[in-house]
Amino acid sequence: MLQIDGWKRVLILLTCVVGLALALPNAFYPRVEAHNDAVADLEAGLSGNGLEELAAGWPSWMPSGLVNLGLDLRGGAHLLAEVQVSDVYEARIKSMWPEVRDLLREERATIGTIRLQPSPVDELRVKISKPEAIQEAASLVRGLARPVVSLTGAGATDLQVSVDGDTIVVQLSEAEKLATDERTVQQALEIVRRRIDEVGTREPTIQRQGADRILIQVPGIGSASELKDIIGTTAQLTFNPVVGRGSNPDASAGIGNEILPSLDEEGVYYTIESAPVVTGEELVDAQPTYDQNGRPAVNFRFNPTGARKFGDYTAENIGSPFAIVLDGEVVSAPTIQSHIPGGSGIITGRFTVEETTNLAVLLRAGALPAGLEFLEERTIGPELGQDSIEAGRIACIVAFVAVLVFMFLSYGTFGLFANIALIINVGLIFGLLSLIGATLTLPGIAGIVLTIGMAVDANVLVFERIREELKTSKGPARAIDLGYEKALSAILDANITTFITAVILFAVGSGPVRGFAITLGLGIMTSVFTAIFVTRLIIVMWFERRRPKTIEV
Amino acid sequence: MRLRLVPQDTKWDFFSRPFLWLGISGALMVAAMVSFFVVGLNFGIDFKGGTTIRTESAQQVVVSEYRDALVPLELGDVTITEVFDVNFDENQNVTMIRIQAQEGEEAVTADVIREVEVALKTVAPDITFVSVESVGPKVSGELIQTAVIAVLLAIGAVLIYIWLRFEWQFALGAVAALVHDVVLTIGVFSELQIKFDLAIIAALLTIVGYSLNDTVVVFDRVRENLRKYKKMELKEVMNLSINETLSRTVMTSVTTLLALISLFVLGGDVIRGFVFAMIWGVIVGTYSSIFIASAVLLKLGVKRDWSKPDNTAGNQFANVDA
Repeated sequence: MLQIDGWKRVLILLTCVVGLALALPNAFYPRVEAHNDAVADLEAGLSGNGLEELAAGWPSWMPSGLVNLGLDLRGGAHLLAEVQVSDVYEARIKSMWPEVRDLLREERATIGTIRLQPSPVDELRVKISKPEAIQEAASLVRGLARPVVSLTGAGATDLQVSVDGDTIVVQLSEAEKLATDERTVQQALEIVRRRIDEVGTREPTIQRQGADRILIQVPGIGSASELKDIIGTTAQLTFNPVVGRGSNPDASAGIGNEILPSLDEEGVYYTIESAPVVTGEELVDAQPTYDQNGRPAVNFRFNPTGARKFGDYTAENIGSPFAIVLDGEVVSAPTIQSHIPGGSGIITGRFTVEETTNLAVLLRAGALPAGLEFLEERTIGPELGQDSIEAGRIACIVAFVAVLVFMFLSYGTFGLFANIALIINVGLIFGLLSLIGATLTLPGIAGIVLTIGMAVDANVLVFERIREELKTSKGPARAIDLGYEKALSAILDANITTFITAVILFAVGSGPVRGFAITLGLGIMTSVFTAIFVTRLIIVMWFERRRPKTIEV
Repeated sequence: MRLRLVPQDTKWDFFSRPFLWLGISGALMVAAMVSFFVVGLNFGIDFKGGTTIRTESAQQVVVSEYRDALVPLELGDVTITEVFDVNFDENQNVTMIRIQAQEGEEAVTADVIREVEVALKTVAPDITFVSVESVGPKVSGELIQTAVIAVLLAIGAVLIYIWLRFEWQFALGAVAALVHDVVLTIGVFSELQIKFDLAIIAALLTIVGYSLNDTVVVFDRVRENLRKYKKMELKEVMNLSINETLSRTVMTSVTTLLALISLFVLGGDVIRGFVFAMIWGVIVGTYSSIFIASAVLLKLGVKRDWSKPDNTAGNQFANVDA
């Protein structure tokens, strides 16, 4: 009757041993963490500083996976940023102007003179002096359109050219907008990642969320605003021809031009051509340096295309000024002294050393294709996290002891068996959490405590059932067997329904709620496993050894 | 001698006063809804947008001084509450400051935080900000939406699962109990004005899970006994089933409550609201699985005796008002 096959016993015991071994590193958290960091450093080719010693602090044949601590336990900063994808439309459309202008100029004989009209930011309006040739001009502009490269926009082109009286209106097509959005967010994600890597913090989480959002979590950083300084700056660098210089920000700039403030000279405004000569995208390197007067500056180098454009432009415009524009402010507007063929240069301004270092980092990592708006930011101090861990640990231990004592008082020997299973159960939860590299949050700890309370449920179901079966006196072995058999459907139904809610929480929730769902879900799995396999195995082994004539549950 | 919370072999009649229990539950639910619609919930920043700052200082906190210091900043609605917890050191004085979402801005700017810090330093020079959390109105609106979807999804999924495993009457009974639990929990949060944030949604769903767990165990026994005692009246079958599972119901509730209460007392103030919701939910969930889910099942009646379709109609209607 009461039998479990040998191979099943081995499998159950093996699962427990493996699970507990996976959980073990968490009991020595600081030491294992130091070991893991040291090993990573050694693999990266570093040595010295007692790294070998730290690496030897934990045997390498042991599992070394740890439960990640969430931001609320470790402290750090959390940001949710929305990429302002529509920024890009404006830049794209603006950069079309020189191309359109050159194209239409060649056909001056048929379409007459052309003139750029004032327009909303996401379209380009070009007026021609011979309205009768408007269709011809429009089809010429249509020739500039290129097919959209995207999965959904197959067959579509990127420009939508329409005619409004004697004016050609150029806009981005819907398909192109979608494709641009996708590209913009991908790029922004990549650049945020690069910037954070450049600063070198450990284990940052940078994830895309939804269509146009980026979630950034950096443990151990002092505040979210520090993080925002690094990733919030667009660092859009352009080199534009200068039209004029004045002190009135509201002066009429002329079409195709714009007025930008100077970065360090108050009250000075430059009128520049909106279409840049070269942009920061064509930079290959940027380093902090000093100019000939010993002031901090940033040294940069263009890639070959950028270098050629820059070279050509400087050769043609010797004697006239050009502006170095960073995020809508003119950093400096030097006059071109001579042809600059090498494609490298220096940005000077009233910078501090720190600012040049930061600027170089930003330029190297690349500009954000669009601005970021921060929808959510959270900073949790490390000491609060430490307090939470401490409180959570104490609560866990007290809950654990209370449940153990209560179970023993209620079920005697069988209560002890359930207690052993409960200890294994909590071990298995930590083992699984380490194995899948899940993140433990404060609600996650609550999930574990709840599991401690609920894990005994399956055992209680079985024990109560055995009690009932004993009343009909079929002998202890039969009663135990029947108890397990009959309690099974209730155990499964009850746990599957709870598991469904855990899955929904995981799918719909975010952040800490997810952490809770993970521990709750894993807790359900391990508690069902321990109740129907582990306690049963313990009871069977005990029964085989003692062969009791009567049992009391 | 074993500890027994429930005497052996109880034969209590749980349906002798159906109107009393349904009446109490109904009254509580009405009270909950009135409170919800009249007073409303004390939404945290997750759902309302705004900023919370947790401050710590060695000096005794005088809330009015803090408030006076912040008045010149013109931040709109500012709530300051002092936080107490058994885990705090003697000279660890903690407050939570909540600032409403500032007009025209998503997250709060670093400048505002700096101004607040400077202003508070005039009152408590050693003040530090242990955590600063800021949620923009855009995100908070979406969070409410996902939260509602999550709760509805959970209830829907469970309805379907129980319908598949049992019968539709069981599913309706279980869902009635769930709605009861969720309404009462939201009601208690509104009546006591406890902060309602994202974590409470997680607690709500756990309550849904727990309450179900209890209900399903009772129903499982009802199903078993329906097959076993084919001639017994439905009311008696249900009473028998509840009595048989009562010991287990109480045991599990007590172990879970033991764990939760230790978390409530010792787990720190950050998750106290969350744990409170779960404690409340366990109590309400246990009650509802006996008095609501079963009562609804009894009212709806169940298809009996699967082998003889002829008898079912009679039995079903005979049991409607049993």
